Amino acid sequence: MEKDAKKCVRDVDHSLYDFRDEDNSSFKTSAGLTPEIVSQISDEKHDPEWMREFRQESLKIYNGMKMSDWGPPIDGLNMDDIVTYVRPDTEMKGKWSEVPDDIKNTFEKLGIPEAERKSLAGVGAQYDSEVVYHNVREEVAAQGVVYTDMESAINGEYADMVKEHFMKLVPPTDHKFAALHGAVWSGGSFVYVPPGVKVDIPLQSYFRLNAAGAGQFEHTLIIVDKGAYLHFIEGCSAPKYSVANLHAGCVELFVAEGAWLRYSTIENWSKNMYNLNTKRSLIEKDGTMEWVSGSFGSHTSYLYPMTILKGDHSRMEYTGITFAGRDQQLDTGAKVAHVGKNTSSHIVAKSISKSGGECVFRSSVTVGKAASGTKSAVTCDSLMLDSESRSDTIPAMDIRNDSADIGHEARIGRISDDAVFYLMSRGISEEDARAMIVSGFAEPVAKELPLEYAVEMNNLIKLEMDNG
Amino acid sequence: MSSELLKVEKLFATVEGTQILNGLDLTVGEGETHVIMGPNGAGKSTLGNVIMGNPVYSVDSGHIYFDGQDITALKTDERARLGIFISFQSPQEVPGITLEQFMRASRSAVTGKPLKVFAFQKEMKGVMETLSMDHSYAGRDLNVGFSGGEKKKAEILQMLMMNPRLAILDETDSGLDVDAVKVVSEGIRQFKKEGNSLIIITHNARILEGLKVDYTHVLSKGRIIKSGDSSLVDEIERDGFKGIDGAEQE
Repeated sequence: MEKDAKKCVRDVDHSLYDFRDEDNSSFKTSAGLTPEIVSQISDEKHDPEWMREFRQESLKIYNGMKMSDWGPPIDGLNMDDIVTYVRPDTEMKGKWSEVPDDIKNTFEKLGIPEAERKSLAGVGAQYDSEVVYHNVREEVAAQGVVYTDMESAINGEYADMVKEHFMKLVPPTDHKFAALHGAVWSGGSFVYVPPGVKVDIPLQSYFRLNAAGAGQFEHTLIIVDKGAYLHFIEGCSAPKYSVANLHAGCVELFVAEGAWLRYSTIENWSKNMYNLNTKRSLIEKDGTMEWVSGSFGSHTSYLYPMTILKGDHSRMEYTGITFAGRDQQLDTGAKVAHVGKNTSSHIVAKSISKSGGECVFRSSVTVGKAASGTKSAVTCDSLMLDSESRSDTIPAMDIRNDSADIGHEARIGRISDDAVFYLMSRGISEEDARAMIVSGFAEPVAKELPLEYAVEMNNLIKLEMDNG
Repeated sequence: MSSELLKVEKLFATVEGTQILNGLDLTVGEGETHVIMGPNGAGKSTLGNVIMGNPVYSVDSGHIYFDGQDITALKTDERARLGIFISFQSPQEVPGITLEQFMRASRSAVTGKPLKVFAFQKEMKGVMETLSMDHSYAGRDLNVGFSGGEKKKAEILQMLMMNPRLAILDETDSGLDVDAVKVVSEGIRQFKKEGNSLIIITHNARILEGLKVDYTHVLSKGRIIKSGDSSLVDEIERDGFKGIDGAEQE
């Protein structure tokens, strides 16, 4: 880290992510969840009939399901306290200048218009539950790429496509929070890339929670048609509140034959967030799915993007990093199901824990009976920065085909004193030496991210290191 | 004698409870070159590490002065910023930081000023050429997967870029082939041209070729038992340490 970068890093402090606007929402459901509230959501959203029914059905499933009992505790979450739906007092905007000032300030502090100026393909930023700003650059739209908010999609030209795919990969019966999501989902993005279309520049969305005690249940549905190519970036952050916040989003990704999709996420939820997000992708023949994931924020996370390698010769790569500081329990990892023949998966996970933070890496690799020629490699490196922090690795494997080639490697370590001494012998302070070593540890993930996200990630690492 | 740059006074040091340095005295003047030889286990590497302030070693008594300042209690990075450098026998591998990034961080830490990236890169490229180092090493992770020879060259590269007032070379020649020794020796000669001081810890005289040696010291059992001029190097090359009173036999 040269001097300039260091200075720029120090200029960033937590208050950047902790600012908060006055709550001026026009509509808010009463706390707690009833069929009436869900119906109110449907009214407000102009749901088509099938979606009204889908929500009510999901609510029934939700009420009949037990909380999971296998991960970090979520006792701090009282569902009756969570206001499930908050809609900001604004219509969807296509131009930056028309976005209300307080909302604009939020985004400006997060650097979103700048990101767009840097010629990113489109910015769909979610403020609370509605997409308020949405702008796909013309050339991308001209290629026939659809990038819109879910509400528009469900009533628009692509309504049938949405209906055909919506919560088919993650059904409401999957787990209690998937059912909750089915009942109260709101906002999110719909992307369709037509066959053979290559989107050269990444599409990105930035999610952000604002109202205290508000849940965020955005739904992301991406369909990359045959031979098409897309990089989608999702960034998340939320300001701090005393009330526990819940994020139970859902991401469904469909990668058709020969298509390529990279899904990158940097999550920096505030430290009281329960992040119970579900992400799943289905890959057809010769398709490729790449996940890049950085988890920094939240009080508790359950996050295991899953890939179903359905088609022959389909492949997936997962590169992820998790950083848990004080009072954080981040349970992250990846799942893959090998179904087709000659499929391959490569999972590289890194975790850093500090000041009593707990990182758990959980992976699941399943190889079906018919999945001959499967190759899978899982690597997990954990770095613990002090003796009060924790790191666990829980790899699960279910292999039902003899021809599978499966590898697993896990390493847990600490910062080497010799390495710190080496860097210090060149004039670098102890604090900077440690930060450099930790950034270096995270570098394989950072280099997979677009520059501004890699910078943000390094800033977050630096912040976490300074908050010692 | 030229003015004193480094003065080590009655230094006692231990590592994990084992006494390594036993009341060592050493004075290095400005612009001088000192060679330290001695049998294995005599404390040569410890001396270098203790001067650099490696926290693995504890100094039980004695003092280290640099340019008149008592640095015995200073941290390693503070010593580096005063102008002390050590070329390590086995430099650490640090993944995720390139050699160039590291050297830039080091340069700005030492100068306390933001550096001009383009000028720095140009300068670095020039020094790498002198050392017959492929320029691609600048973009590789620090020492990761470098051969023994490339690691040593990378250390000399850092020395030349940092241009410290005192450099300690700890067994820089060990594990190098003849060509690499030539290249490294050339680097050391360049460094000396700047009027800096050198402590060369070595087993053989090859690396000293073409270099004016002012003093040679024999270290044994944690103290200097004999000092002389450059002819002592030849003597040891010829006869080993057996003719020297008090030296352990190898």
